[in-house]
Amino acid sequence: MTTSETAPTMVPDFGDEESDRKIAFVCSKGSLDMAYPALVMASGALEQGIETHIFFTFWGMDMINKKTMGNLHFSPVGNPATHMPAALAPLPGMQAMATKQMKKTLEDLKIPDVPSFLEHLSDMGCKMWACQMSVDMFSLTEDAMYDRLDGILNVADFIEIIDGAQTMLI
Amino acid sequence: MPVTTIADREIHVDDDGFLTEFDEWDEDLAKTLATAIGIGDLTEDHWKVITFLRSDFQEQGETPTLRRVSVVGGIPTKSLFQLFPKKPARKMSYVAGLQKPKGCI
Repeated sequence: MTTSETAPTMVPDFGDEESDRKIAFVCSKGSLDMAYPALVMASGALEQGIETHIFFTFWGMDMINKKTMGNLHFSPVGNPATHMPAALAPLPGMQAMATKQMKKTLEDLKIPDVPSFLEHLSDMGCKMWACQMSVDMFSLTEDAMYDRLDGILNVADFIEIIDGAQTMLI
Repeated sequence: MPVTTIADREIHVDDDGFLTEFDEWDEDLAKTLATAIGIGDLTEDHWKVITFLRSDFQEQGETPTLRRVSVVGGIPTKSLFQLFPKKPARKMSYVAGLQKPKGCI
């Protein structure tokens, strides 16, 4: 280390000064591959001390519906990123196989399943909201939905809550 | 790699100030690091986290993520946010003399 120089005490800057930064994710998809991006990014934001909200709407309700949340699927149909010949993707059993493969990959990487992931986010202080209109559309009751939701909101209320947030629609 | 002086010792750090040499850390240094980033006095609960981080690092070769500390180390995520406020993953790594975690979750 001949080129090293001794610097005065260096302390990482954790940016602890008060910040009003907020991030909001709108989860509108219920497939396995569309569920994870928001969950992972929300986790990263919370780790950085950023106020984080997730609003579940339309097919995103599957992520908080107790019947489906642990059993989301991944379909290779219409998804060129799978690099599978388009004619093979719709064959019987292909979706199940692709889902199984993706779940295994996630598991090998020690990435939690959707219910455990939501629990982890909630522990970190994530605010999670269900969309009122979707609750009505799918005739869901509070009992049918994930226990740790912060509430059911209509869009106007959600928009008010996320005032100033960076918002992503997924 | 820069070398900085912490508690009258020469310590190797990365460009962000995180320690790069596992063996340059000891418990006295941890106290200084904790004070430097506003954690204050280290309690028994802090030490439990620090001890897990260092032993897991030795086994796995990388800094554990928050989730790993909770699932494998058995320390609830909520407690980590109380012990190392706002940015627990980075702050606990710093005090434990490790690099910040590479994993996303």
